[in-house]
Amino acid sequence: MSSTTNAPTHHTSTIGAIGAPSRRNTELALLAFAVVIPVFAYANVGLAINDQVPAGLLGYGIGLGLLAGVGHLVVRKFAAYADPLLLPLATLLNGLGLVAIWRLDQSERLQQLAIDRFDVFSPSAPKQLLFSALGLALFVAVLIFLKDHRVLQRYTYISMAAALVLLLLPLVPGLGDNSFGAKIWIRIPGAGTIQPGEFAKIVIAIFFSGYLMVKRDALALASRRFMGLYLPRGRDLGPIITIWLVSLLILIFENDLGSSLLFFGMFVIMLYVATERTSWIVIGLLMSSAGAVGVASFASHVQARVDAWLDPFGCYADSGACEQIGQSIMSFGSGGVMGTGLGQGHSDLIGFAANSDFIFSTFGEELGLAGVMAMLLLYGLIIERGIRTSLAARDPFGKLFAVGLSGAFALQVFVVAGGVMGLIPLTGMTMPFLAAGGSSVIANWALIAILLRISDTARRPAPAPAANPDAEMTQVVRP
Amino acid sequence: MNKPLRRIAIFCGLLVLALLIRDNWLQYVQANALQENTNNRRIAIERYAKPRGDIIVDGKPITGSKKTSGSDFAYKRTYTNGEMWAPVTGYASQAFGATQLESIEDGILTGNDDRLFFRNTLDMLTGKQKQGGNVVTTLNAAAQKAAFEGLGNKKGAVAALDPKTGAILALASTPSYDPSTFAGNSVDSDTKAWAKLQKKNNPDDPMLNRALRQTYPPGSTFKVVTAAAAMEHGLYTDIDAKTDSPLPYTLPDTRTELKNEGNIPCKNATLREALRVSCNTVFGKIGADLGKDKMLETAEKFGFNSQQFVPVRSNASVFPKEMDKPQTALSSIGQFDTNATPLQMAMVASAVANDGRLMEPYMVDKLQAPSLDVIEQHEPKQMSQPLTEENAQKLQDMMKTVVQSGTGRNAQLSGATVGGKTGTAQNGINNSGNPYAWFISFAELGDGSRPVAVAVVVEDSDAARGDISGGGLAAPIARDVMKAIIDSKK
Repeated sequence: MSSTTNAPTHHTSTIGAIGAPSRRNTELALLAFAVVIPVFAYANVGLAINDQVPAGLLGYGIGLGLLAGVGHLVVRKFAAYADPLLLPLATLLNGLGLVAIWRLDQSERLQQLAIDRFDVFSPSAPKQLLFSALGLALFVAVLIFLKDHRVLQRYTYISMAAALVLLLLPLVPGLGDNSFGAKIWIRIPGAGTIQPGEFAKIVIAIFFSGYLMVKRDALALASRRFMGLYLPRGRDLGPIITIWLVSLLILIFENDLGSSLLFFGMFVIMLYVATERTSWIVIGLLMSSAGAVGVASFASHVQARVDAWLDPFGCYADSGACEQIGQSIMSFGSGGVMGTGLGQGHSDLIGFAANSDFIFSTFGEELGLAGVMAMLLLYGLIIERGIRTSLAARDPFGKLFAVGLSGAFALQVFVVAGGVMGLIPLTGMTMPFLAAGGSSVIANWALIAILLRISDTARRPAPAPAANPDAEMTQVVRP
Repeated sequence: MNKPLRRIAIFCGLLVLALLIRDNWLQYVQANALQENTNNRRIAIERYAKPRGDIIVDGKPITGSKKTSGSDFAYKRTYTNGEMWAPVTGYASQAFGATQLESIEDGILTGNDDRLFFRNTLDMLTGKQKQGGNVVTTLNAAAQKAAFEGLGNKKGAVAALDPKTGAILALASTPSYDPSTFAGNSVDSDTKAWAKLQKKNNPDDPMLNRALRQTYPPGSTFKVVTAAAAMEHGLYTDIDAKTDSPLPYTLPDTRTELKNEGNIPCKNATLREALRVSCNTVFGKIGADLGKDKMLETAEKFGFNSQQFVPVRSNASVFPKEMDKPQTALSSIGQFDTNATPLQMAMVASAVANDGRLMEPYMVDKLQAPSLDVIEQHEPKQMSQPLTEENAQKLQDMMKTVVQSGTGRNAQLSGATVGGKTGTAQNGINNSGNPYAWFISFAELGDGSRPVAVAVVVEDSDAARGDISGGGLAAPIARDVMKAIIDSKK
């Protein structure tokens, strides 16, 4: 954590401190690509489906351009030294997600499905554009009002309470909305549904960071050595057991394997980083396997997902879970190496949730192996930039906060993409930025904003030392 | 805190790497298997996304495509005279998949065949819609009609070949089905029609392609094979010389007497006479004398014990490999475990008619690109030579006698000399089932050419147990099919 890289190389009275370059122009150039690529993709879909450039192309291009432009200007003004990659990456993924959602809106099969189920079909793309704008508004608000992320330390325990409330809201009778199997939505009359878990992800990271920053020494040092592992004292196991139990509760009562895995995984990662003790990883893995095996042997919906994962085509005809994952895998396979081209695949065969949980399958089929690998690398870049931010951060709270958010992001990407590709059992979470769904896109924009704020603080050059009036006075004027 | 951070970075990298590897597995290694997965509806969507290419007979399509709405599928298959052509076309149904020619040549018919790749790429660049190619068959519409109408509402099958090339000229099976009735995917009409045709709902099993997929005991028609074996293995060389055939004849190693049908002159009968009146004793003894190995050798040269791909698969006909002497004798007169498809018996007749050379049977003459350019042209290929030219001509002579003055008189044709052999096979335990009436034959024109060989089998309760029923029920159908082919050559 030395600040030598940011230190001025030499001082003179006339030139101020020379810091790391702000890279704002790099960000602007990348943003141009992040806007142009989805615009081309949008035109591509229109040409493939209707043989014409979609009428909304200009509006969409301007809309996305405005979002990106506003985001960029705010970053330039309020977080000038922030990481230059995160905003363009998020913009690109958000833009491509909008294109895929619009593309699936055009599917007659999905329109018919919606009409059969809800008597009415309403396109998701306009809503998603609105949500993206809201997400960007939150992004802007975070950057403007959160001048220093360390302020959040003060809210450690409030955050814990808030996170618990958010997580448990879907269980409140009358608020919860479990029409799709998992109880992770709440319905607000007149405003649609909200997935509080997406926001809880950020709030709980605040609690973990604050808590671990304070307790890290106790957790790390007060331990006995046993078989090469530092075993924590019994009372220090309290927090991890609490989190474990909460995760299990989410899994059992909200039917949501994904969130449960996400929160517990995030906690273990942060605990490991805070204490530098491998034993926490071992304990964490043991506890999550015990929890997973225990729940899997009692809860039928988890069993169904595991069966579907093991052999989707064995039970294809009998089980909806098998058919869904089978359709998704066939979607990927049918795309092959180069894909069918945007608008020309049949990923809509997945049916329900094609544009949310399974949106990655659409990219798999229409952009092929090449496109999916590129997108996975985009996600990989976001994750690694996040961890890079954590490395560069100078304060332990910021470090923990950044790695918690990046780790949660990585787990979410892995769990969702791995689920739809049949690598692990499907869990029912949404692909950050791509999937249709307001909560997800809004929360992820906030996540990016926080990472930007932390990286800005980390990379911002130390203020130039105050000019020494004595030095001024005694300066030798060259003849 | 930086050391664990770096490790977390590596861990997250590994997560992404795992996804990348899985993606390569799905989209590269497994891609083909997933694309061809039976659950993959894309296959059907693609198959019916555009008008399908046609199956052509005599220059005219016997299939078509119709625009449909309200489903995933843009077009549905139609069939002209579907019932008559079903054994040739198979079916292509939106709901129930495709079989036989419709399935085997699916690549050409949909236009997805690799050989059309260049053309498709060109079409894509010029913005033309991808089209399916055509499958041009060797069938003869008049012969097919004669066969189908001849069978009428009896259960049976007909296979007719051009002996010189192996081209299939007629391939009929009754009762049949109309593939257009379930070509769509409507639950009300198509699914019901499909269910009605299933064997469990319809004991007549109309969807069975009897000409290729059903084996019947060939009965006396198999004596042609036995006669060929006798000459090929040098047991008898002169067809008009007396054979060493006692009457009554007791099956070797047993006390069972092998009987003839009625009181016919079979004692020491010549080969010609024995075939004319269809002596079980003479041919049974020939089989026993030759032994199973020699009989098996000749039978297999005629195509027994192997599947044929025309390109639709035809079941293997059976000449038993393991049997004792009396069983060999019975097998040699087409009983015991000997079983043959109508196609197999047509191949026997055609090998004799083609002077001993058996040609590979086929029914796809050529595959055409949408532009009608020929992509693949079938070249006739010899499959084997079960008998020498000389012996073949002797056998032709014997078979002509059968039609001139023997059991096969009903097959006589004006303007052509017909050679044939009748057969009746018992069926079921203690012959409780309907017997099968068989007739195999060829026709010879004035110029010495033999343009057709045909096999007919009719399963019917009217078939008396006498050998005569093969001549009575099956021979007239064979005659009409041969006549249709001869007439269409003029």
